[in-house]
Amino acid sequence: MIEFRGVTKAYDNTTAGVHDATFTVHRGEFLFLVGQTGAGKSTLMKLLLKEMEPDSGVIRVAGRDLSEITHKKVPYYRRNLGVVFQDFKLLPNRTVYDNVAYALQVTGASRKQIRRQVPDILRLTGLSTKLHNYPHQLSGGEQQRVSVARAFVNHPPLLLADEPTGNLDPDTTIGIMQLLYRINKAGTTVVVATHDEGMVNRMRRRVIELQGGQIVRDEVAGGYGRDSESTAEFGALMRGEPSPTPQRLRQPSEADLFDDAFAD
Amino acid sequence: MNRVSFFFKEALRSIGRNPIPSFAALMAVLITVLVLGVFIPAVQLANGAADDVRSRVQVSVFMDKKATKADVARVEQRLQRTEHVKSVKFVSKEQALAEQKKQNPEAYALLGKMNPLPDTFRITPDSAGDTNSLLASLMPKGTSGKGAPFDAAIGEVKASKSETNKIVKITGAVKLSIGALALLLIVASILLISNTIRLSLFSRRREVEVMKLVGATDSFIRWPFVIEGLILGAMGGAVAIAMLALAKVTILSQLEGIATLISRPDMIAFGPLIGLLVLASIGVSAAGSGLSLRRFLRV
Repeated sequence: MIEFRGVTKAYDNTTAGVHDATFTVHRGEFLFLVGQTGAGKSTLMKLLLKEMEPDSGVIRVAGRDLSEITHKKVPYYRRNLGVVFQDFKLLPNRTVYDNVAYALQVTGASRKQIRRQVPDILRLTGLSTKLHNYPHQLSGGEQQRVSVARAFVNHPPLLLADEPTGNLDPDTTIGIMQLLYRINKAGTTVVVATHDEGMVNRMRRRVIELQGGQIVRDEVAGGYGRDSESTAEFGALMRGEPSPTPQRLRQPSEADLFDDAFAD
Repeated sequence: MNRVSFFFKEALRSIGRNPIPSFAALMAVLITVLVLGVFIPAVQLANGAADDVRSRVQVSVFMDKKATKADVARVEQRLQRTEHVKSVKFVSKEQALAEQKKQNPEAYALLGKMNPLPDTFRITPDSAGDTNSLLASLMPKGTSGKGAPFDAAIGEVKASKSETNKIVKITGAVKLSIGALALLLIVASILLISNTIRLSLFSRRREVEVMKLVGATDSFIRWPFVIEGLILGAMGGAVAIAMLALAKVTILSQLEGIATLISRPDMIAFGPLIGLLVLASIGVSAAGSGLSLRRFLRV
């Protein structure tokens, strides 16, 4: 899905963005990019979004060499990516519904299609009751859910999340990560950049660690089996609980009810 | 069609959600159109007045008192063919006398039946600036170096030279300074509008950035902005024109009675003026927002 070969991007002589990065991400993988601030995670994300060009090396996404995409074609390329940011990047003058719909409108989707898909995705992200709210009326976690919904409404093959939980408290973080996990289970490749190494280590997914622009660690799932947990078990992992609870003690949330909708 | 209505809806939404920048843009257009709408007629009036004064510059060719009818006919033919002559008007002695009698009846009553006035051609030059070369061709310089009329039957060629020069100079200066002022005002208006647009776009550059990240093409982002500019420009222009029309009815029509104030009110072409203002207000704001956006589209 993603292939980096010898990719280098330097901002100036002193700060290295990314140095000689080589790695491959396969279709359907869930990858964490970890590292301190300034380690090069965001640079990798920006390179993937074609917000900037590498100084050297080749980046391929879905078999396509990014350097071959002309400026005019960049919007069409980006429609195949879902993006989630730390600061949500929602359109402040639009309701939740319109924010999500915008991602479809840019692709020229018909009104009928929008009317069908947007409520669906908002239900899946647990936002059905917030359709007509504006972003500033929502909590951080809800805003991030909108952002995830927008990123996923096109059902892109690849979803990039740059510090998606950086502004959120631990509980909300788990909710967002569960959402991303479910999207991954539906077949979308997910790349999450974060500096929360503790959370990453608990989750037992593939981890690429960056330090000063260099890849210093690339562990595939830490020896654990992949895609074996349900979302609830995944959440338990995230919370750091020793064993997943088979029975739900609390009322199932709306999001949990739609758990299976993504499993094909 | 679907797209167009979407872009229009986006533009209207944007105006509704950003009332203060929209109002500022509308006011910028309104003020500009008002200024232009007052100034363009003022320029036209001043130019008209200047042209009016210039058109009064005349060259008189006085025939010799003893000139015969044949002489008069010959000179007239020659005058018609002379360069820089726009029109030639023949005033016979009798006509001249009648004219003068009307102006100054007492003085002419003393003269009784005598007529001291010669036959006269009143020549209007092409333009006031050509008066001197016209004079030169009417009084070609002989061997002596002094100019003499081209025909012996002509008594005198006269144009109040110093006066002509003064009129030409002053009206030229008036036209030039008004033109310069108009240019300055237009530049100021364009800067005002483009600045207003840039400010309101600058506050929305994050929005544009997000749109780009979601995969919107440049034109998909630009069109609503252009339409927004178009709507605001049209609204500002319409209000300004309505105000101008009101001003014309209430103020200008009153002044028209005082003929000396505005010598040629017909110089103001209101139809084309309104057309120009509408076009300018809509075009400038639409093109302005479209072009200003270009900077933010480079992501």
